[in-house]
Amino acid sequence: MRRWALAFAFAVTAVAAGSAAGIRAVVVQSPGTADPMIVDGDVGRSGGALVIAARTEPKTFNPIVALDAPSRDVIWRMHADLIHINRETQRTEPALARSWTVSGDGLHYVLHLRRGVRFSDGHPFDADDVVFSFAAYLDERVHSPQRDLLLIDGRPIAVRKIDSETIGVDLPAPYAGAERLFDSVAMLPRHRLEAVWKAGALGDAWGISTPADDLVGLGPFRLERFRPGEEIALARNPDYWKQDRAHNRLPYLTRLTFAVVPSEEAQVIRLRAGELDVLNRVSSQHATTLDRDQANGPYELRDLGPGLEYHFLFFNQNDPAPAAVRAKQAWFADERFRRAISLAIDRASLVGLAYRGRATPIWGHVTPGNRLWANTAIAHPPPSRPAALALLRDAGFKQNSAGTLTDAHGNAVSFSILVAAGNAALTDMAAIIQEDLRRLGVSVQIAALDFNAVLARVLESHDYEACLLRLVDGDVDPNPEMNVWLSSGPTHLWRPAQTTPATAWEAEIDRLMRQQMTTLDAGARKRLYDRVQTIVAEKLPLVPLVSPNIIVAAKRGLGNFRPAVLDHYTLWNAEQLFWRATEARR
Amino acid sequence: MTSGLGPAIGVAAAYLAVLSAPVVAPYDPTAQHREHPLAPPTGIHVVDREGRVHLRPFVLANGADGAARAYPVRFFTRASGDVEAPSSVRLFAVDPPAAIFLFGTDTLGRDQFSRLLYGGRISLGAGLLAAACALTIGVLCGCVAGFFGGWVDTAIMGASDIFMALPWLYLLLAIRAALPLTVDPGRALLAIVLVIGIAGWARPARLVRGVVSSVRSRDFVAAAAAAGASPARVLRSHVAPEAFSVALTQASILIPQYTLAEITLSFFGIGIGEPTPSWGTMIGAMLRQELSVAHWWLAAPAAALVGVSLLYHATADALHRRALTMGVTR
Repeated sequence: MRRWALAFAFAVTAVAAGSAAGIRAVVVQSPGTADPMIVDGDVGRSGGALVIAARTEPKTFNPIVALDAPSRDVIWRMHADLIHINRETQRTEPALARSWTVSGDGLHYVLHLRRGVRFSDGHPFDADDVVFSFAAYLDERVHSPQRDLLLIDGRPIAVRKIDSETIGVDLPAPYAGAERLFDSVAMLPRHRLEAVWKAGALGDAWGISTPADDLVGLGPFRLERFRPGEEIALARNPDYWKQDRAHNRLPYLTRLTFAVVPSEEAQVIRLRAGELDVLNRVSSQHATTLDRDQANGPYELRDLGPGLEYHFLFFNQNDPAPAAVRAKQAWFADERFRRAISLAIDRASLVGLAYRGRATPIWGHVTPGNRLWANTAIAHPPPSRPAALALLRDAGFKQNSAGTLTDAHGNAVSFSILVAAGNAALTDMAAIIQEDLRRLGVSVQIAALDFNAVLARVLESHDYEACLLRLVDGDVDPNPEMNVWLSSGPTHLWRPAQTTPATAWEAEIDRLMRQQMTTLDAGARKRLYDRVQTIVAEKLPLVPLVSPNIIVAAKRGLGNFRPAVLDHYTLWNAEQLFWRATEARR
Repeated sequence: MTSGLGPAIGVAAAYLAVLSAPVVAPYDPTAQHREHPLAPPTGIHVVDREGRVHLRPFVLANGADGAARAYPVRFFTRASGDVEAPSSVRLFAVDPPAAIFLFGTDTLGRDQFSRLLYGGRISLGAGLLAAACALTIGVLCGCVAGFFGGWVDTAIMGASDIFMALPWLYLLLAIRAALPLTVDPGRALLAIVLVIGIAGWARPARLVRGVVSSVRSRDFVAAAAAAGASPARVLRSHVAPEAFSVALTQASILIPQYTLAEITLSFFGIGIGEPTPSWGTMIGAMLRQELSVAHWWLAAPAAALVGVSLLYHATADALHRRALTMGVTR
């Protein structure tokens, strides 16, 4: 039901639940006998190819089991869903379902499928494919990572065929904005996969050695060839169901190639040389130099501002915790201590030094990139050592003559910060925080470990003192975060899986999160989640620090290039991309 | 030996430089000059705008009023802005708001020159320590295996095969992950360096064993044994010295190799750790930058590493040639 991807795990994805707008009306796009979807945007020209950089090659072409970003980046150019979250507006919009209605209690959805849609092998798409697809995703034997997203209160949604063009979906419990559940659930060809599913081999189907012709989908492209370690070339799907305003069938591009270029430095060099057309993510280090040389280069750089990703510091408040940690938990549990730490950290330095100015300081856990849900009323207290010291004195701490901070029992305040090794920005941020806290008299040791070791300590052994993490939300909606904010949640990072809430404010967050999940009125839901954000900003179980900007780059002359802060930043509208220049490329 | 003297002096000079870091480095290596991130090397001038030559070099910096002003370089003085001055006297310094960054600064505004010197203590020290461990164990085991032969030789060489086949990098990653987080990063590195050193005994042991097993059948060894010398005495006084030149050559190869090992560990994030500098952490930071286009000064630790490695290899060559010459003349 929730979807938080801890950065590095590449596994960010999919999305779930809860429309910000709480769309409850029928949305009808294109009535008629055959109803291709008409999309807004510049009317482009057909032809040409586009080459985008990929760090690694995909591990699978199977949308049901794909977890890693490289696989999903390719797969989602070849598949489509019923209702889609528009990455630009962050709201849901019709896709293979041309319209839908929802019952007054929010429990029953009726989806009307688009007519005349065909798979990339020419086979018609209908309600049986939809029922089959959901059955496959929900089948425990298949081990789909998205299965959790389709469970509400631990029970699966029920999908039934009403007729060949109509689907009924019954939710086991009210779920605000449930249409977001349908995003990133690929509609699969029953005629190709049902036998494999019945044989119990669906999870292993469509591996990377599958012949291109066997991979069938409803996306704008289909696999043309896969050269391991080199490239994945997709060819235009001539049966795609979207059209531009002039009724030209999309996509415009003849070919979309993912070129495997493992290092970012090499990607940047190849972009400068004109060998790559698009970089889906540029780090702040490379953005600085790319930006400087932009006027002379064949590319344009776009800084989209903060995305949904954010960094934060948190303290171990687990009970029980290892003995060495327990001695320090009285500090960590005191909100004045946490607020003092937050006040002592100079977020402007984190932004300026670790991100060269290409990040946004944050004081709440919902980033400004989440336009629908961020609470803009949260205070932004400036860094202040005197204010931090005043809070600490109030909590019984004091500085001795050597400037060392000691607690009420005379123990020097010292703790380690766990950080994933190999991440430049996180390492720099840890060093900046270490210096800021040293000025407060707090001694900090930085413990850089392999990312999996960090996760194991935070979520399993609880053997850590503080941790600096980066987190990426898959969707703007709060529902996927239930497991983080509920005190009983397994990823309630600072103290997971509580039997009863340890504090009154955690109990209040539990109540608010449960209430917003079943509140169908969008405004009321926003107010509930605003309150959650306020509590988090005041109590600071996570000390929010910065949200890095999403920076992308593309060769000049790419029409309809409208990158967004929701993944996939640059190819979310791949079907609309076209080359403006007459010399259609490659 | 003459041809090896130059490189050996170069190696000694490198160690002397890093040992004198508290005096030579103008800044605390951990001090963050946040107003100067990624600053290029500071220009040091002796001629001013009017063309006048100054005996005391100076640097240019904007004063409080924003106008560029000359700030003389002061020698044997106390540096301003130290966070925790490890020594009271610095070889050179300038008064704030000017700053003197001979090799520029890193992303956090830390002086690269100071970090290079302090980092060299960790990196070169780690190489030396690990090589000392490896050679001590290696020479001991090699001598025993080569001298006694038989099942002792078989057992020791079998063990060396196992050690050479172990995936050490993964093992070290696991060791670091298992250490308590509160362990001081310096101690953690020390533990890991000792493990590398202990693990590295196999190669020198094999070389020494080869030399010893050929020497033990020579006439002078047989004569010593016939004269009643105990096996321990024969080994200590007649056989082991023959392996000395091999061990010395190995040392000059192993030290830069283990310095590189420290760099590899830092690359995987299990080195000394922030904020203490080492050449490994500095090179790791360098690799994160687009230095081909900008920030070339971040390559200083890599240049230092290449220089020291070349000096070591030249020394190793000279020692090897010397050993061959001695072998021919004996």
